[in-house]
Amino acid sequence: MANIISDETIEYVGILAKLELSDEEKEQAKKDMGNMLDYIDMLNGLDTEGVEPMSHVFPVHNVFREDVVTNGDEHEKTLANAPARSENAFKVPKTVE
Amino acid sequence: MSRQYETVIGLEVHVELATKTKIFCSCSTAFGGAPNSHTCPVCTGMPGSLPVLNKQVVEYAAAVGLATNCTITQNCKFDRKNYFYPDNPQNYQISQLYYPICRNGWVEIDTPAGPKKIGIHEIHMEEDAGKLIHDEWEDVSLVDFNRSGVPLIEIVSEPDMRSADEVIAYLDKLRLIIQYLGASDCKLQEGSMRADVNLSVREAGSEKLGTRTEMKNLNSFKAIAHAIDGERERQIELIEMGRPVIQETRRWDDNKEASFAMRSKEDAQDYRYFPEPDLVPVIISDEWLAEIKARQPELRTEKLIRYKKDFDIPDYDAQILTSAKRMADLFEAATAVCGKPKKVSNWLMGETMRLMKEHEMEADELDFSPENLAKLIELVDAGTINNSVAKEVFEKIFLEDVDPDAYVEEHGLKTVNDEGALRSTVEQVIADNPQSVADYRGGKQKALGFLVGQTMKAMKGKADPGMVNRILKELL
Amino acid sequence: MSLMSLTAVELGKKIAAGEVSAVEATKDALAQVKRLDEKYNCYVTVDEEAALREAEAVQQKIASGELTGPLAGVPVAIKDNMCTEGMLTTCSSKILYNFKPTYTAEAVLNLRKAGAVVIGKTNMDEFAMGSTTETSFFGPTKNPWNPEHVPGGSSGGSCAAVAAEECSFALGSDTGGSIRQPSSFCGVTGLKPTYGTVSRYGLIAYGSSLDQIGPICKDVTDCATVLEAIASHDPKDSTSVSRESYDFTAALRDDVKGLRIGIPRDYFGEGLDVEVKEPILKAAKVLEEKGAILEEFDLSLVEYAIPAYYIIASAEASSNLARFDGVKYGYRTQDYNGLHNMYKKSRSEGFGPEVKRRIMLGSFVLSSGYYDAYYLKALKTKALIKQAFDRAFAKYDVILGPAAPTTAPKLGESLSDPIKMYLGDIYTISVNLAGLPGITVPCGLDSRGLPVGLQLIGDCFKEENIIRAAYAFEQSRSYAHCPAAE
Repeated sequence: MANIISDETIEYVGILAKLELSDEEKEQAKKDMGNMLDYIDMLNGLDTEGVEPMSHVFPVHNVFREDVVTNGDEHEKTLANAPARSENAFKVPKTVE
Repeated sequence: MSRQYETVIGLEVHVELATKTKIFCSCSTAFGGAPNSHTCPVCTGMPGSLPVLNKQVVEYAAAVGLATNCTITQNCKFDRKNYFYPDNPQNYQISQLYYPICRNGWVEIDTPAGPKKIGIHEIHMEEDAGKLIHDEWEDVSLVDFNRSGVPLIEIVSEPDMRSADEVIAYLDKLRLIIQYLGASDCKLQEGSMRADVNLSVREAGSEKLGTRTEMKNLNSFKAIAHAIDGERERQIELIEMGRPVIQETRRWDDNKEASFAMRSKEDAQDYRYFPEPDLVPVIISDEWLAEIKARQPELRTEKLIRYKKDFDIPDYDAQILTSAKRMADLFEAATAVCGKPKKVSNWLMGETMRLMKEHEMEADELDFSPENLAKLIELVDAGTINNSVAKEVFEKIFLEDVDPDAYVEEHGLKTVNDEGALRSTVEQVIADNPQSVADYRGGKQKALGFLVGQTMKAMKGKADPGMVNRILKELL
Repeated sequence: MSLMSLTAVELGKKIAAGEVSAVEATKDALAQVKRLDEKYNCYVTVDEEAALREAEAVQQKIASGELTGPLAGVPVAIKDNMCTEGMLTTCSSKILYNFKPTYTAEAVLNLRKAGAVVIGKTNMDEFAMGSTTETSFFGPTKNPWNPEHVPGGSSGGSCAAVAAEECSFALGSDTGGSIRQPSSFCGVTGLKPTYGTVSRYGLIAYGSSLDQIGPICKDVTDCATVLEAIASHDPKDSTSVSRESYDFTAALRDDVKGLRIGIPRDYFGEGLDVEVKEPILKAAKVLEEKGAILEEFDLSLVEYAIPAYYIIASAEASSNLARFDGVKYGYRTQDYNGLHNMYKKSRSEGFGPEVKRRIMLGSFVLSSGYYDAYYLKALKTKALIKQAFDRAFAKYDVILGPAAPTTAPKLGESLSDPIKMYLGDIYTISVNLAGLPGITVPCGLDSRGLPVGLQLIGDCFKEENIIRAAYAFEQSRSYAHCPAAE
């Protein structure tokens, strides 16, 4: 395996992705990611010098909305699936110490 | 001898745009309202929802770019900035990293050493986050998405400022330009203009930039000035002690007058930007750009010239009248109604400024109507009320925006033009003040002034002072 | 005989003629679900009451002449990644186990307007990540042709439901082959339209630049008819394209004279099961006999599509799935200590292994220092793949090949080796990268009695060419009903 994924990398990616992996899952993730990156490295064999990166396949542009209010008060819908709410707001663990 | 240090400051200024709807959905941007009452699937990150760009946001952003001498990116794109926080419903913010709408601009500020250009690195469009309310009793925070998706532009300056004064001058300049454009009301206190300060220090004469810190949570000019001074001292202290300045984000606490590191191991600050696949590029054609340019309202410099030329207003007065968009708007609107620019200017420069000072108000907060000021001027000119009554009525207009016609009528403030009534009052005053009459007749001119005053007092101020003078002289 | 053995258009005609009612049709669909779904697990949610209520309302509108379209009264199953107001929408994930959307996806709204009756939501690979429908939190769907085999994925529930005749037709979504590959495995017809043809509003995103909703039906006529109903230019989806024509049924002509068909040699090399290859080449022959012009050619870059796809799709997914955090909807862990712990535990407990694998990969390839090497490289590769297709479509109207290298594997065979599973997408993935339309039509069975699908790929906005070719081929054979459905 050419790509060796370190414990630190898995830890770091876990922080970015907000995933907490068990030790066993971490070992598996290191292996999976290493294998996948080895496979992906195949792209290094493709010459893309001077190629413009393509994010949208079609040249669609300038899709706009006019600045007109059409939405009303829908707070009950917004909160309908809230795992925890307090009156009209979502409730989360305290964000400041 | 202690070393000399130079402070190097760059600003990231967030400005909430004055659109009616949010940047990517048709929810209202109005302030207030119960929590989450201005929300929909898009601005709360509901699964399956998709953003659609508000055209007005592009036009405002481009207008600010043009007014700050930027190059407009005619093929600009949106990117996603990924980070987890409860006020960020999708846990990514739609912003611009790779192709921001404006680049390479500048504004000029006045410094004691003369005019100075502050470079603008870029201006980009993005969405605002929701609001977190921290519960005092329970260990929770409450999330309100009403502000989520309100359009922002972020104006990133070059590190061209060297003092708190320059920073304030730069912010003032930006605020004035943006207010004139009508792109935002730019109120720091209400958060529609917010500044993050990037600051580093270096030994005077050094070319190399020091390590910078970023300070957030600055919601007044005073806080900004304090934060700059505080952070400058902190960094110099570290350097003098031979300790490193750490590149980090710090939160300014205005009560404690100190900044605190916002460090967290969960906060990697690795935003994993990539092109937003749900939005297509914005192509600003030459024609569209020309249209935006053509619609650009008159900015301060042009107004200044025009006031002097068309209305014959002295330079100093014109400077003050154009120092705030609201002031200039009042001046022009009242002038349009009464056609007396000098008189309008006098009221604004005199009584208005005095009352603003007395009530500690900013020009933005003036909310009386120019029509009422114009009516007041007409009342004085027609001799219906005299100057001292006019001042009294103006204070009512200033505070409550009363209609001067109705107010004067209702409170019986009209100048009494009935000579008979006045003559009998004057006779009474002469009868009541024999000593003053004798003094006057004995050659003491001052005594006449006293008698005029007594007559005005008896008339409750409603007499024409000229007429009082004439009758007194006649009877004496 | 169940009304579900008819095609959607046949059933719609009977309903329009008053021979049967929408309610009877819905009852037949529900009866078939009751009889078979315990075995095949095609559905995550079936809402009998709502379906019957809707059928009655639709029947009234048919009777009053308000609804006259070909799909009025016809029961449909919706993949569980499309929002349906008030009806559970889980993406087959624990993290959305209780999520009831407050709005309905545009494509589903369009179907409702056409009078189709939604009977339930179908199983899928969790968040459409997988090729077997085994990554579902609600257990795997089984292939109605042989329950020891997978139905393919990620729209495995929708394809199996059509094959088992537990609905008249279904909607699926296709990010890297998720309509075409399971259609092939289940012996049904599935169409992935040109990117931007069907609104993505209300489709819970996996890879936003690749996702596209499409019909899964018994035949090509149904596919064209359903596509006509769901396609629209939606101002709520910025990537939605305003097309010149939304008439897809006009292409239903048994005439391929002069149609230029390219057969990419790269699709028939190593890795392609001979039991798949033979029926595909036979199908090509049928089209040639009908007057199409066949030519072999080199498409090139085929092997680069998979790594490029997994970079782009995983990166987009890592961002798209960030919103599932226990704050606004869905699963929140019971015990937690502070905000970040709540995030991590909710997400770690709520997502399955394949989803976590892709989120980790996607977060990594976008992380500081790697963007150019991975994401930008993938976008450049995508540009080259698009160019390769552009060159091919300058010469051909249709590209013909298999939908998958093998027929449906056995349950449990694929998950052990993710890369091997990813390789199974080799013939479908590049179509998504280039935004092209593709259709799979059944073209035979292998020696184990498992269906083989023929894939026809068209140039963008040229659905008519693949519909025409698929329809002409279909006329040469009759629809092979899955024995289990009878």
